[in-house]
Amino acid sequence: MELEVMRYDPEKDDAPWFQSYSVPCEEDWAILDAINYVKENIDTTLSYRWSCHMMVCGSCGMMVNGEPSLTCKTFIRSLPDKVRIEPLENFPIERDLVVVLDDVMQKLHKVQPYIIRKDDPPENEEYQQSRGALAKFKQYTMCINCMCCYSACPQYGLSNDFIGPAALALAHRYNLDSRDQGKSQRLDILADHDGVWDCSFVGACSEVCPKDVDPAAAIQQMKIDGAMEFWKQKLGFPGGKS
Amino acid sequence: MQTIQTDIVIVGAGGGGLRAAIAIAEANPELNIALISKVYPMRSHTCAAEGGAAGVKGADDSLDLHFDDTVSGGDWLCDQNVVEYFIEQAPRELVQLEHWGCPWSREDDGSVAVRAFGGMKKKRTWYAADKSGFHILHTLFQTSLQFPSIKRYDEYFALELLHEDGKCRGVVAMEMRSGRFFQFNSPVVIMASGGGGQVFPFTTNGAIKTGDGMAMAYRAGVPLKDMELVQYHPTGLPGTGILLTEGCRGEGGILINKDGYRYLQDYGMGPETPIGEPVLKTMELGPRDRLSQAFWHEQKKGNTVETPWGDCVMLDMRHLGEKKINERLPLVRELASSYVGHDPVTDLVPVRPVIHFMMGGIDCNIAGETRMPGLFALGETACSGLHGANRLGSNSLTDLLVSGKRTAQQACAFAEAAGGSSDDPALTAQAESIVTGIRELLQQSGGDESISGIRREMKTALEAGAGIYRDEEGAATACEKIAGLRQRYRAIEVHDKSNVFNTDLQQALELRNMLDVAETIAEGSLERRESRGAHQRLDYTERDDVNFLKHSLCFRQPDDRPRVEWMDVTITRSKPGVRDYSGGKKK
Repeated sequence: MELEVMRYDPEKDDAPWFQSYSVPCEEDWAILDAINYVKENIDTTLSYRWSCHMMVCGSCGMMVNGEPSLTCKTFIRSLPDKVRIEPLENFPIERDLVVVLDDVMQKLHKVQPYIIRKDDPPENEEYQQSRGALAKFKQYTMCINCMCCYSACPQYGLSNDFIGPAALALAHRYNLDSRDQGKSQRLDILADHDGVWDCSFVGACSEVCPKDVDPAAAIQQMKIDGAMEFWKQKLGFPGGKS
Repeated sequence: MQTIQTDIVIVGAGGGGLRAAIAIAEANPELNIALISKVYPMRSHTCAAEGGAAGVKGADDSLDLHFDDTVSGGDWLCDQNVVEYFIEQAPRELVQLEHWGCPWSREDDGSVAVRAFGGMKKKRTWYAADKSGFHILHTLFQTSLQFPSIKRYDEYFALELLHEDGKCRGVVAMEMRSGRFFQFNSPVVIMASGGGGQVFPFTTNGAIKTGDGMAMAYRAGVPLKDMELVQYHPTGLPGTGILLTEGCRGEGGILINKDGYRYLQDYGMGPETPIGEPVLKTMELGPRDRLSQAFWHEQKKGNTVETPWGDCVMLDMRHLGEKKINERLPLVRELASSYVGHDPVTDLVPVRPVIHFMMGGIDCNIAGETRMPGLFALGETACSGLHGANRLGSNSLTDLLVSGKRTAQQACAFAEAAGGSSDDPALTAQAESIVTGIRELLQQSGGDESISGIRREMKTALEAGAGIYRDEEGAATACEKIAGLRQRYRAIEVHDKSNVFNTDLQQALELRNMLDVAETIAEGSLERRESRGAHQRLDYTERDDVNFLKHSLCFRQPDDRPRVEWMDVTITRSKPGVRDYSGGKKK
């Protein structure tokens, strides 16, 4: 297989460029195995992130033939003989296939992704949560922060003011959790002009998500929720979950 | 070089490091915490743990039973005072995680569900489907974001401890993005940097698990304890070494050889139990050391299955049905289908033992204190004596929480008494000398050794000399081989000369750490002349409580092989006995 890999070292390159490597792949390899082969046997100067090689640490997101992909989950058997590997789109390049993640890390922080309660939890006893209540938010806990969704998101590509798919899905995950009471506290951030309303609902985030989190669905639900909640609070209707 | 003054440094932002950071931030928000990690917290290897975390829960269970399972599972090399504390704190910590939002799987009544696990007499493993470690890690990371006293240094690679007059004084780290060096002055350093399974060729451990914290402590003169005790997990996917959780067997999966025979009954774990009705603490729910050793014997007898990835046995989960597999083991299904093309709903899945966990680590006590005042350790990088000679599945995730919190308490008290860090010319000189060494390594050219070449030879040597079964000659050969590789390491060349995200340099430094860790594993394997738990010798086949009911301690000697000393095991109430995995069928 021929790998065309984007290279960029800010200390010596004015612009990114491509380097080709010919890799003798085995048929059950993921594209990450081919990149590791290059690093180990052909060119030790290639930089990229990876760790678990089992689809869960979220480190190895890259563009594979133009698609944001988790490279440990993208198999040689599904690809042509020539493959182009680039760093995730919509992010500044730090070095080779490594992108700068500062912005999305701040966004994860910004949505207050933790249980917010007004009262103390029961002492040494768990909250009861039905399977149905768990099922409501479970899907949105599956995000591995690979950031493929930000790479696919046209709105984030236009402006990184947009909070974006993974962080919004994470906020939704806590809003839906029966143990949480922080929904109204998060509302100001989410209903802001950079929040859910910026999403143009192209759905690209959900298409590329390697863990089927479906952030687009989360954002749509939040738009409906947000509108309801806003008016409930403004007009003082009872029943608004606070 | 930039200097940062802080009260507490934590090296590693996985489950243990995050749990400690939160505990410190809660206990004393005035203390400044520098949380240094070579990867973003979500990438830490805690995320790869699948099965769950143990803590007594059911009405039919008791602390005593969990104690007995852990101590006998560890073949009586556990420090029993540590086990007692751990067992008692475990349920509290797991509930705490529930309050923080961990999406534990639930029973019909809405309480947290528990599942069966190997070597455990009762169901007491709390789980979140088969992504328990992932959910624990993300819950802790997200929870940690609300504490302003936790200052994260993501993608800072810790290089070396700073110490003076026998006291720990800080750490030197490199920012990967810029290649700049940082001197963290701190009266307290907590090592929470995980294990080092990457020293072996075939492992469930991610690429980041290179034993960095162990090696740093070891070079600073702190001994590594029980390093010969390395756990093989019996069910890894061949080729990649990807973990298939013990939960597969906890839910009822069985292991068969090439004749379709449940061979575990021939290795002290029978009689056979009915398919689909798993019986606790016997057959497939025996402990990991025994199951992995049984594979080795089956392979010798020619009973394993030849696959494109080498000899395997088969894990049969078909009788669980698609619904249960999707609900309880969705990741397992995805991994087996994607990586070896066998769907557990319809196919047998080939598996073989794979390096998984290090029972050994930085010598410390129940509170994480090492022999060096100010240096603490917790989680897999530490060895408090909890796991003994064989860890029970699902005790390690809980250990991150219990030891994380306990170490934090001790570290807080230490930091408060120390009253902050200060500039000290001697420390700065020490830090500068460390940085000079690394700059020289980066500049050095013309070397004829490759990083990947030495790494490969190290892995092969360790597997040959310190694998599932060991003997005098094999272990001695591994010791010599690794000593030779350490010499050859001096002639490596880092080809990448950039300062920006230089993974070539990082791998060179990780290799140095791994060589340190590897020499202690080989040396311990040679010196422990008995068979106990995960350490099995073909030439000393019995457990020897007269000479080896002791922890091994490896001390580094800069120009020689390590010195090994022995330390007594703490026994409070359980005298060494027979490990019985017959399911109560025989005495």
